[in-house]
Amino acid sequence: MSDVQARIDKMVKDHDVFLFMKGTPDMPQCGFSMRAVTILNHLGVDFGSFNVLSDMEVRQGIKEYANWPTIPQLYVRGEFLGGSDIMLEMFQNGELESEIKG
Amino acid sequence: MFSAARIHELLIEGLPDCRAIVRDDANDGEHFSAEVTSSAFVGLRSVQQHRLVYRALGDHMRRDIHALALKTYPPDRWPHAD
Repeated sequence: MSDVQARIDKMVKDHDVFLFMKGTPDMPQCGFSMRAVTILNHLGVDFGSFNVLSDMEVRQGIKEYANWPTIPQLYVRGEFLGGSDIMLEMFQNGELESEIKG
Repeated sequence: MFSAARIHELLIEGLPDCRAIVRDDANDGEHFSAEVTSSAFVGLRSVQQHRLVYRALGDHMRRDIHALALKTYPPDRWPHAD
């Protein structure tokens, strides 16, 4: 596993809920990332986050890690859950809350 | 610049029994939305269905398409009459 993949893996494993996003939770830099943060805040969930705009290596590496080409990316207990569309869909049908608070 | 028609073509080619509606919402050739169904989606969770769509779009997803808001359905829940 390459250095950046190991770094990503550690971030994912060290948090129950972790969001790779563009910007930060209080200053999202992209509509999809903002929607992801809004959903997590609405659920009152504590989550770790990483601003992929601050690190090009992670920004590319995360796409390989999850075999998923877009940002944001949500991880729950080390497992990739999905991007902004999936989060919204799961939030609307209640799956996201049960998955996180499982 | 990329087009909704081009995305539609890639989806039809890349997914079995595919039906898709692709819109260029901002009319800027970069931000698209799509509704997609395919027989390959049967029994798959949404994230797996989306992965198949991204695979059908291949490198275009990294290079040409800035944003793609995606909604996928198994064939029996496709909400559009043809």
